[in-house]
Amino acid sequence: MTSTTLTSPVTLSTAGREARRTRFLHWVAVHSLAIAAALFFVLPFVFVALTALMSDQQALTRDLWPDTWHWENLKTVWNTPGFLTWWKNTLMYAVLGTTFTLVSSIPVAYALARFKFRGRNVALMLVIATMMLPPQVVIVPMYLFWAKELQLSGTLWPLIIPMAFTDAFSIFLLRQFLLTIPKDYVDAAKVDGCGEFKALVRIVLPMARPAIAAVALFQFFYCWNDYFGPQIYASENPAAWTLSYGLESFKGAHHTNWNLTMAATLLVMAPVIILFFFAQKAFIEGVTLTGVKG
Amino acid sequence: MTSPGLRRKHRQDALRTVAFLSPWLIGVSVFFLYPLISTVYFSFMRYDGFTPPVWTGLKNWSYVFSDYPFFWPALRNTLWLVIVMVSLRVVFGLGIGMLITKVKTGAGFFRTAFYLPYLAPPVAATMSFVFLLNPGTGPANNILGAIGLPQPGWFNDPAWSKPALTLLALWGIGDLMVIFMASLLDVPLEQYEAASLDGAGAWQRFWFVTLPNISPIVLFAVVTGVIATMQYYTQPLVAGKVASGVIGGSGQQFEPGYPEKSTLTLPQLVYNLGFQRFDTGGASVVALVLFALAMLFTAILMRRRSGFLGND
Repeated sequence: MTSTTLTSPVTLSTAGREARRTRFLHWVAVHSLAIAAALFFVLPFVFVALTALMSDQQALTRDLWPDTWHWENLKTVWNTPGFLTWWKNTLMYAVLGTTFTLVSSIPVAYALARFKFRGRNVALMLVIATMMLPPQVVIVPMYLFWAKELQLSGTLWPLIIPMAFTDAFSIFLLRQFLLTIPKDYVDAAKVDGCGEFKALVRIVLPMARPAIAAVALFQFFYCWNDYFGPQIYASENPAAWTLSYGLESFKGAHHTNWNLTMAATLLVMAPVIILFFFAQKAFIEGVTLTGVKG
Repeated sequence: MTSPGLRRKHRQDALRTVAFLSPWLIGVSVFFLYPLISTVYFSFMRYDGFTPPVWTGLKNWSYVFSDYPFFWPALRNTLWLVIVMVSLRVVFGLGIGMLITKVKTGAGFFRTAFYLPYLAPPVAATMSFVFLLNPGTGPANNILGAIGLPQPGWFNDPAWSKPALTLLALWGIGDLMVIFMASLLDVPLEQYEAASLDGAGAWQRFWFVTLPNISPIVLFAVVTGVIATMQYYTQPLVAGKVASGVIGGSGQQFEPGYPEKSTLTLPQLVYNLGFQRFDTGGASVVALVLFALAMLFTAILMRRRSGFLGND
């Protein structure tokens, strides 16, 4: 664009000014676009929050800004019968599910990354196939199994127990990361007399902390957001509902109150967003790992 | 030829491998292989969940393909979503990813703002959008009206319900943004410099340098997008329920696809047949169709991206 090969002092300074001008215009263009995009991403949150704080009557109008601020809407939602139970159930599902997944998936990911054995590629293909599988494919026999054989419908256990037997996505993500850890570390530990399991716990796990954090976050979010699972197994028993499932029925019970519904929506979104701010780095690393590594 | 010592070592290795893999071996058998075989079995049976199953041959299959009114609309919607929603998501994700690599001032703020909607729980995000886009009092139509643009019926109009779902999907672009951002930063700078020296403009640099470098990631985004479309369940179902006003916990029956079957997707059919109509056989047929489609695209993904499994 600008040529700096010929150098008389005059042309150099005009060329420099020109370049600065182009750079400034470029800066303005990029940041105007970024602001426009930010409006698209942020405004929905803003409108939801503003509506959540309106009075019952005003929420039915086209107004965008609350005349009076009704913070008590949040309290009303919090005290709605059931809301606290859904909260507790969701937390139990997410915490137990995440713990079970980690404990069961780490050794499997390690074996798939490190050990050489016949059928390893078949095992890997199966992991990826199950990872891509819509949960609806096997839901009919699974429901019969949990509901008819084990009498566990109306609880969240049919969703939590399988996580003690690994989760395909977690295995995949952990394995991708474990492949990047040099073999020498484990070999050195083994020379020092560590068994394979001890080497995994003492040497590999501390090095794999970012991947473990990412898997834990993903699994926690998965449980928190799950709608289909609770719909299948818990719908018959409101005492076992989760936030994602209960939120919808909340709308049913308050069908004319957009303000309360939006307040409930905010209260379901809040924990996930707060968690994100605490663990931003681990999260972004995890997303990158799923797409780019390998 | 192998010595007994070596053989013992082999046996120990095999035992160790089985021990490490055991949680997965149980999991994949009980929660994948067994139910998959069982689904094939039920697809040839008439079974309502109460009376014992009866062999019916191909009756379930012919029912789903020729008499079940939801199957073809759901398949057509899936095709629409694959063509429009998936490609718009890839283009938009790439655009936002490029934008964020160019932003100098307030980069942290913009990155967080662009990423955050991806984290909104699907039910909460969908309910928010049904409110934002509601034709009567929603802020979106409010603004469109103020600047003199047409105000569509969004989730209440069969012609606009899928575009509304697409907007919701574009709002949650954070995952693709991060993946594209990382791959854009990996493009060697020298290639851009060389192209500039050769007199390439911005568009040519994008076409001849950026795109060839990130094409594996574009393919990855397209195929995983298609696979995600096969699993697309919560958003269309909740949008239909909330927009139609038929909601509530158990008991209440909701005909999926509101308005006029325009939001039906294949996973919803499994629920509709298996859990609302108690037609285990029909549900199994749809489940197998879904399985075949998901595996087809997974195979494409693994074929075209041999690096997907990683090398050691």
